[in-house]
Formats: sequence, C-alpha cells, structure tokens
Amino acid sequence: MSTFVIGYYALLIGASCLAAYFKRREMFLLIFSLTLVSFVTGIVGGAPALRLITTCAGLLALAAGTSYAFREFLILITPEGVAKELRTAPLTAAFGMFVIFTYAIAGIFAPIIAPFGEAQVISSAFAPPDETMLLGADQLGRDMFSRIIFGARNSVGLALLATGLAFFMGALAGLLAATKGGWFDQFMGRFADVIMSVPSLVFALLMLSIFGTNLTVIVIVVAVIYSPRVFRLTRAVAGNVVVMDFIEAAKLRGEGTWYLIRREILPNSTAPLIAEFGLEFCFVFLLIAGLSFLGLGIQPPTADWGSMVRENATLISFGELTPLIPAAAIALLTVAVNFVVDWMLFRSSGLKEV
Amino acid sequence: MGDILRLVFKRLGLGVITLLVVSILIFFAVELLPGDIAEAVLGQGATPETVAALRTKLGLDQPAIFRYVQWLGGALTGDFGVSLVSGERVSSAISGRFINTLFLATYAAVIAVPISIILGVIVALLRNTLFDRVANVVTLTSISSPEFFLGYILILYLAVKTNYFPAIASLSADMTFGELLHRTFLPALTLVLVVTAHMMRMTRAAIINLLASPYIEMARLKGVPPWKVIVKHALPNAWAPIINVVALNLAYLITGVVLVEVVFVYPGIGQLLVDAVAKRDFPIVQACCLIFAATFILLNLAADVGAILTNPRLRHPK
Amino acid sequence: MVPKKDVLLQIKDLRIEGYSEEKWVEIVHGVDLTLHKGEVLGLIGESGAGKSTIGLASMGFARDGCRISGGSIEFDGMELTTTPESDLRALRGSRIAYVAQSAAASFNPAHKIIDQHTEAPIQYRISKRVEAQEDAMQLYERLRLPNPSEIGFRYPHQVSGGQLQRAMTAMAMACRPDLIIFDEPTTALDVTTQIEVLAAIRDIVDQFNTAAIYITHDLAVVAQMADTIKVLLKGEEVEEAPTAQMLGSPKEDYTKSLWAVRSFKRPQKNRPTGADAVPIVSVQGIDAAYGKTKVLDDVSFDIYPGMTVAVVGESGSGKSTTARCITGLLPPTKGKILFNGQELPAKYTDRTKDQLRQAQMIYQMADTALNPKIRISEIIGRPAQFYSGLHGAALKNRVDELLDLIELDPAKFYNRYPPELSGGQKQRVGIARALAADPAFIICDEVTSALDQLVAEGILKLLDRLQQEFNLAYMFITHDLATVRSIADEVVVMQRGKVVEQGPKDEMFTPPHHPYTDLLLSSVPEMDPNWLSTLLEERGTDAIGEAADV
Repeated sequence: MSTFVIGYYALLIGASCLAAYFKRREMFLLIFSLTLVSFVTGIVGGAPALRLITTCAGLLALAAGTSYAFREFLILITPEGVAKELRTAPLTAAFGMFVIFTYAIAGIFAPIIAPFGEAQVISSAFAPPDETMLLGADQLGRDMFSRIIFGARNSVGLALLATGLAFFMGALAGLLAATKGGWFDQFMGRFADVIMSVPSLVFALLMLSIFGTNLTVIVIVVAVIYSPRVFRLTRAVAGNVVVMDFIEAAKLRGEGTWYLIRREILPNSTAPLIAEFGLEFCFVFLLIAGLSFLGLGIQPPTADWGSMVRENATLISFGELTPLIPAAAIALLTVAVNFVVDWMLFRSSGLKEV
Repeated sequence: MGDILRLVFKRLGLGVITLLVVSILIFFAVELLPGDIAEAVLGQGATPETVAALRTKLGLDQPAIFRYVQWLGGALTGDFGVSLVSGERVSSAISGRFINTLFLATYAAVIAVPISIILGVIVALLRNTLFDRVANVVTLTSISSPEFFLGYILILYLAVKTNYFPAIASLSADMTFGELLHRTFLPALTLVLVVTAHMMRMTRAAIINLLASPYIEMARLKGVPPWKVIVKHALPNAWAPIINVVALNLAYLITGVVLVEVVFVYPGIGQLLVDAVAKRDFPIVQACCLIFAATFILLNLAADVGAILTNPRLRHPK
Repeated sequence: MVPKKDVLLQIKDLRIEGYSEEKWVEIVHGVDLTLHKGEVLGLIGESGAGKSTIGLASMGFARDGCRISGGSIEFDGMELTTTPESDLRALRGSRIAYVAQSAAASFNPAHKIIDQHTEAPIQYRISKRVEAQEDAMQLYERLRLPNPSEIGFRYPHQVSGGQLQRAMTAMAMACRPDLIIFDEPTTALDVTTQIEVLAAIRDIVDQFNTAAIYITHDLAVVAQMADTIKVLLKGEEVEEAPTAQMLGSPKEDYTKSLWAVRSFKRPQKNRPTGADAVPIVSVQGIDAAYGKTKVLDDVSFDIYPGMTVAVVGESGSGKSTTARCITGLLPPTKGKILFNGQELPAKYTDRTKDQLRQAQMIYQMADTALNPKIRISEIIGRPAQFYSGLHGAALKNRVDELLDLIELDPAKFYNRYPPELSGGQKQRVGIARALAADPAFIICDEVTSALDQLVAEGILKLLDRLQQEFNLAYMFITHDLATVRSIADEVVVMQRGKVVEQGPKDEMFTPPHHPYTDLLLSSVPEMDPNWLSTLLEERGTDAIGEAADV
C-alpha cells in the first residue's frame, strides 16, 4: 500500500466523520458514498483509478474556487441592484458566467491572443505539441491552439448571429400574435407547428442540400428552424401578460398595438425571454456544430470547432485527446450557458419548485 | 366514450394534415432550387442537350403539382423513385438501412426509458437535496454536450484505450444477436446518455408538478402512507406526462441518430441522408427527410393520443 | 356554549417558519390554542394571518417550504411535534381529519368519490369495504346529497362544487374523528350554495359531537359555526372569546375595526326627473354570447349621472359580461347601448377617443390591473397625456393633483412601482388612473372584494367623495350585498344572464321580492349567531335541497 492510498482513505474517512459529527447529513452521505465507491474502484482499478478520482475532485474544487472568486468579483464591480441578484447565484451559475466571460475575451481578442493565423501552415501534419504549438498541429500542419481561439470567434459569432435573427423573428411574431389574436395568431401557430414537426437537423440538411452551404444560407436556415420555438415561448409568455387587466385597461384607453407591445407587454416578459435566448443559443450552437461536424456547416479554411473535430477525428484511433478539445470547447460553452439559464429560470419562476 | 373517440380522431386527422403539409414542404423546397434539379445535378459545364435529356428522364417537363401527386403516391407505396447518383432505386437503398436505424433507436430506447423514468422519479422525490443538485448538474452537462463529443469520448476510453467494444459499428449478415448488441453498444450508449438526461429532467418536472396538487396533500392528510400516495394517487394521473416525456424523447432520438451514425460509421438512414446531401442526390434526401419527419410526427401524435386516453376526466365523461 | 370538559388539543407558543428568498422567516409568532372535546373554534383573519398554517400544524403537518420551529402541540395527551412521522400518519384521517378549501382540486380525479372515502377506514381496519361503503352512503344521506346510494360511484368532475364540498365533509367523517379542520370550506362557493354546505357541516358536527377548527375570513360565517372565535393578525393572536361575547363586545381595536366596517351607509339618491334628464348610460335589450353559449338575454337598465347602480348576482349571472358589452370588449349580438342619448359603436376599436375617455373602469384585482413594471407617475399620467395631450410640468402637476385626490402623498408615491404598494394603495392608484381620463362614468368591477374589510371601507368612502365632487356615475358590479347596502342608489339583480328585478335600493331591500332576490338576500350570512338556525327554520329542510336548483 502506497502512502497515497493510505492518505486518500484517511482523508475521506476523516472528512465523513467530521461531517457526521457536525450533523451535515447530506455532506456526510456524499463523502461516505464516495468512500464506498472508492473501495470498489480501488480494488478494480488500483491506485491509478484513485489518482483519477483525486484529479477530478481537485479539478472540481478548482472550478468551484474560481467560480466563487468570480462571483465575489462580479458582486464587487456591479451596481447594487445587480449585485443583490448575483448573491443568490449558485456556484454553477457563477462558473457558467466565468466560462462565458472567458470565451468572450477569447473571441473578441482572438488575433491578439492566438500566436499564429487561423489558416497559417507552420509545420507538418499532426505534429506533436512543442513550445511554440501548445496543442500540436492539425491535419494540414496549422497550429491547433490558434485555430481553437479563432474558432471561438467564428463558431460562437455565427451561432449568436443566427440566434439573434431567430429571436428577432420569433419574438416579434409571438408578441404580435399575442396582442392581435384572431386569424393572425391562428395562422402563425399552425405555421410554427408545421416547421417544428420536422426534426431540426433533418430540416437543416434538406435546406442546405438545396441552397448550398454558405454562411448566409446557414444563418437564415437555422434562424427559420428555431424561430418557431421562440415564437411559441414568446406567445405563451405574452399570452399570460395579455390577459391581465392592465392590458385591457390600455386597450380600452385606445392605445395602439405597438404601444401595448413596447410599454405594457415587453417589460413584463424580459426575464423569461432572456433565459430563452440562452437556451436557444445552446440549441443553435449545437445544431451548427453538428452541421459543421458533418462537413455541411462553416467551410474550410475558416477555423470552426465542429469541423475541427471532423478533420482530426482520425487521431482518436491513436488514442489522442487532441480532436476532443474543440468538441470539449463546444460542450463547455453550452454547459456554461445552461447553468446560467437554469439559475435565471429558477429566479423567474419565483422559486415555485420549493 | 363518444367524446374521447372524437378527440382522438380529431388529433389523428390533424396528424395526417401536418404530414401532408410537411410532404408538400419537402417536395416543393427542391423546386426552390435556382434553375432546376437537372441543372443543379449536372453543374455548369453541361450542354443544353444533356440537361434537356435529364429533364425528360426526370419528368421535369410536367407541371410540379402533377409530379408531387405522383411522388406522394409512390411514397405511400414505398417507391421513392431513382437515385440521381447511382441510378439505384431509392427504396432498395433505404429499406435495409431504415431497419438498422430503427434497431439502433430501439436498442437505445429500451435501455434509456426505464432507467430515466425511475431515476427521474427518485430525483423528484429527493428534490432540493444534494443528490438532486448533483443530478441536475450531471444531466445538464450531458444535455449540453454534442452527440459527437460523447461518442468520441466513449470511443477513446471504451474502444481505443481498453478495447472493450469496437469503435466502428459495422454490421455483417452472419452476426449473432449477441454480437450485434456488442457491436452497436457504443452508438446506443451515446444515444442513451443524451436521451436519459433529457428524459430524467422532464420526468422530474412532471412528477414535482403533480406532487404539488391539492389532492396529493389531501391524501397525505388522510394518513395514506408515502408509497401508496405515489402508487395510488400520483401514478394514475402521471401517465399522461410520462407518455409525453417518452414520446418526445424518442422523437429526439431521431435527430441524435444522424450524428451518432456518422461518428460510428453505422450503416443507417442518417448516414445515407448526410451522404446524399453532400452529393445533392435529391430523391434520397427527400425520401429520408420524409421518413424522419413522419416518424417524428407519429411519435408526437402518439404522445397526444396517449395523453387523451389516460386522462380520467375524459375517460369518464359527465 | 359547550361546557368546559376534557381538553382535546392544546397548542402552546406555536412558531412556524416559511422558506423564502433563501432563508427561513417566521410566519406564525407564538400562538396558543385550547380546544375541548366537541367544541368548535373559529379561526378568523385576513389573508396572510397564518390561519391555514396553524390549522395544518394542529395535525402535526407543515406544507413543503414550511416547518414547525417551536412550541408544543398536544393532541389528546400526545405531543405532535416530537411524534415520529409514522405515528402522526396513523392519527391523520382516523382521529384528525381535514376538509380543504377547494373540493374540486382536492379529490383525486382518477378515483371514484366513494373509493376515496373508504380509503381511510379500510386502511385503518375500521371496517370492510362493503361496510365502509354503506356507511358512506348513510353519511351522504345525512349531508343531504342527492341520490346518496349512487353519487359516490361518480368521479369528482361529474359532481357539482357544493356537492363535492359536502362529500368531502362526509369523507372527513369516515373514521368518526375527534377533530376536523375545516379550511375555508365555503369560500369558493356561491352564497346560495354556501348555505347548504354550512348547514350540513353544522349538523354533522353536532350529531357526532366532533370538535372542529373552522378557518375562514368571513365573520358572519364563523358566527354561525363556532362556539369560540379566535382572531389572528399576521401570525399573532389578537383576541379570543366565546362567539356571543366576541360579536357583542370585542375588546381590541383591530377586532372592533373588523366589526365596524359594515356601518358605512350613504343615503339613497333618486333619479332626476323631468324631460331633459338623459341617462348617461342606457343599456337597451342586449343579448351576448361566448361562441355559441348565450350568456346575456335581453338585459336593459339605465344609469343616470351622479348615481350608483349596483349590479348583483352570483358567478355566472352575467354581470361582468354586461360590463364587457358596455366597454365594447364583447360586442352584443342584439340590442344597443346609448351613451348620453347617442348610440355607441359595438366594438371598442370603432369608438372615438372621446367615447373611450368618457367611460372608465376600475378592476377587482389591483395586482393585475396595474402594470408592475411601470412607475405610478406613468400609470396615472398616461391617460392624461393620451387624452388631453399634457406633458412636461403640466403633466406632473396633473399627476400630483390626482395623487392628492386619492389621498396618497405625491412626494412619496410619484416614482414608486405597483409591487411596492399595499393592496388598498394599489386600488387607489387604479381609481386615479380612471379619474385621469376625466370620465363621466366608471365601471367598478368588484373593487372591494379582494381587499381586507377596513381597507375596503376606505375605498368605498373615497369613491363616494369623488362621486359627489365630479358628479360621476358608477356601475358597481358586486356579489356582496353589504357593499350594495352601503353605496348603491339603484340595484339590478341578475341571474343566468337575465335581469330578474331592478329598482331603487330601499325598495329592493324591503319585501316583497322576486323569489330569486329573496333567496339571494336571505342567503347572505349575517352576524347574528342565530341567523342560520332561524333561516333554516323559515325555509324548512326541504327548501335547502331546492335552493341548489334555483
């Protein structure tokens, strides 16, 4: 038995005892079940498995620490109202905000951060990492790290553009449908039903096969596919507002549709709509990544995470992690956005679930 | 029972109409091509004669409405025309692959549905505990990961590094069923991971919603033991939401299957669709889209009909 | 009065906390309660007083997000706060039963009523299924449910609200408990239905000598039901006394204020006579329908300037629909509406700005009537700006003037948002918004029914003052006859979309009445503890069954 294994168990058992002593029931259950799991994995996988668990726990602790620090940082620099809200944010949401912040920095300052150009060939294909190339080279000998940084700009930017367009169309139609009602509402509802009755990826493939794969087409097609979701949500949210008496009062006053939407309905729908923007972004981002992965999205030589996975996929059969990095970058951002959205939804639902 | 039948038929009718509209959409989308199919397929270098010849061969000289009716009639009898690239009949290219895809989706569903519903109920009962919060983070992470990310991680750790399962899910005719399950385990597992997370979250939400209803509180105030509250008072009202969750996620599987088939080079209809899109083989694209859309619509239809049939208020009309 | 004998339930210094905004907040601050066997205690208080929470706590139960944080609850010698959950469960349904506010939501839609009834007796092995069912039928008969042998085999959604509430009372009786908690059992019902349920509950509690805690916000109801009344305010006890004493000579100021509310009464004004007297609003023979369902049938009445016409009726009588027709939200299918002698276009979208300005509306729920995201200054200022084109300093002056009119300090309220205001303040803002348009006619839709009584009286007085100041005509939609008595000049009684009777108030409140008016008037609970008994005697037992069908 190595000192590592002894120390490992000593720490876990000690922590469980402390948790039990201080009556932190949940904490105790968590740590103690981890101890039991470790017994099994320790026997099956030996010390390396335990080391893996330790590394994971360390990473988690690091992430938690970063999130905590970042939240405190945000609370300090934001005005009082926002800071009060932020104090209620769980660590997961703070982690999400931190990741989004990092991606934003990477995307905005990509040319400064990246050591090489996005299409610059600097070495042989699949060259291993060295001092100049942090993550090695891709299948054409371009710097992987630089391409990932540029990818933040291209993939995220494109998804933002498509989400923005989808949101604009869907939200506008939803608000109009809720306010006007009648045949317009009916027609838009049916129309959205039809578009949503085709699976989104399949719909996108159909459209791309017809119109080809240039960026404008992708943005428009993706926006058309996802606008019905935004429409439905906006229609539902605005629908709840429209039945309120203050809307009736404004209507009876003789106010026009535009005033109703702008002053009466929108201010009461912003919270769920912002959360929906986050969710929608995740869907759009994953769809575009999927299309790129299939070779039908953003076309080379533009750096894009989805296509980078596809281009370097062969490395996986050699047990290399590199092609998974862009995929992980996609997953990390989506997770981050989802964490933040989850918190916002929880806030806007008025803590209904408690 | 008259009411309930009427509702079901109404919903079925709506399903048929949606299907029809979608088929129109799929067919006429191709008509939106700049130029027409013949020009698109042959490219710019083609002589006017070859284009004209292809047009005649494809029947493009006839009005679009007429071709649509012909196409739809063919589709109903399983005839989707001829591939533009290989000249093979679309139906023969699709049929075997469609069964493969169905097999993969069923495989994933059989594992995912029971696990996720049981886990979803457990998480709902343990709501606001640490366990619930951990489950929330894990399922969110799983939902947020692209299918190909999960797929490649599984390949890396379960195929390349350990050799437990094959990385490529190729099929051959002489495999035993056990072999088949083993070969297709990784793609199925990828789908399971994604769908389970979704289904768990939806089940949890549905159950929590249900447990908040006054009649559950009433049952508890009548001294009904907790297990009986769940089995007798919650479950009979939970079928509709659960059926809904299952059907929606099976529908979700259909989209996921396309990417997963490509990752694992699995000979299914999704792979075929992606190839056809790249080659602009429109009859195959149209056929695959129609099949995917029809399955999707049917599953949604099943969810709604299930919800109608299990609603006690509708089952016992006034 | 029940003679003092064995104590059944003894609560001491009960403290309950609720979880909100990520922390535990105390919502019940040390309440004591003693209940003897066979005694009925009325818990009365406004919303948020903690009455339901205390009721549930006496079963050892706290809702999700609540917890009992201190004090003791002793039921028949058993300390409920320390009893394990399984023993508490054995108590519930068998020795302590609960009757919920909404029977429609509290019966499980998936099971027959009688199966839900027999669940507890079978579980506690008190009786076999067949015996339990027979007992259920007997209880149904005692509670005067129609078809007692058959009604239990229906599903909850197949039975009407008043009947369900009685079935739920029967269910609570299934194990002959020592104590029943009635949590606002008649609040969701119409007055005429309420009578039967009250009578049924009182009978059965008497017959089996069951102790009960009766929770309600309605003083007159509790006066009929309870031996002792305990008044609660914001989680604290105000006072407790035997019913007669509490009604006759309340000690605390708060209690007195509750009792005093019904004292405001304004003398009746009469219609102007003479040829030049034109009604400001004249509804002439209107029919209206939602889809194919006809909801209004030949409704006609006039409202003269400076007068208040109260439109009364139970839910579904069409009183709110009439208002929707007048405002133009629901165009009538037949008939017309005259404003100052001129016909109004049926749809509000076709009316001129001036026509819209002249008729304003005040809503029942001030919470939904004011946009929570707009400042008070804009809520009140917008109509002034919209109709009279005021802006800048003139607009600000007008808003200040309006705030003064509704007795809210402009300096304090000008920049506030509605959620920061109390219910009464919000309703005042709603009034100011209507006034801002400088109207001649205001529809008041149940404006006081969502408010606590004292606040409601303030609103009524304000409306009365404004009427005199600006010669406003009011159409007062209400189901509360006390409000009608205090403020109306003329009364229109509606039932199922028809006007059954109309006339000056004093005439309407003196017999002879139309049979429905009579039923409606006599069904409104009065503070006299003997009111229910006297009424039931007058009507005879048979009349109660009929009341439901009228």
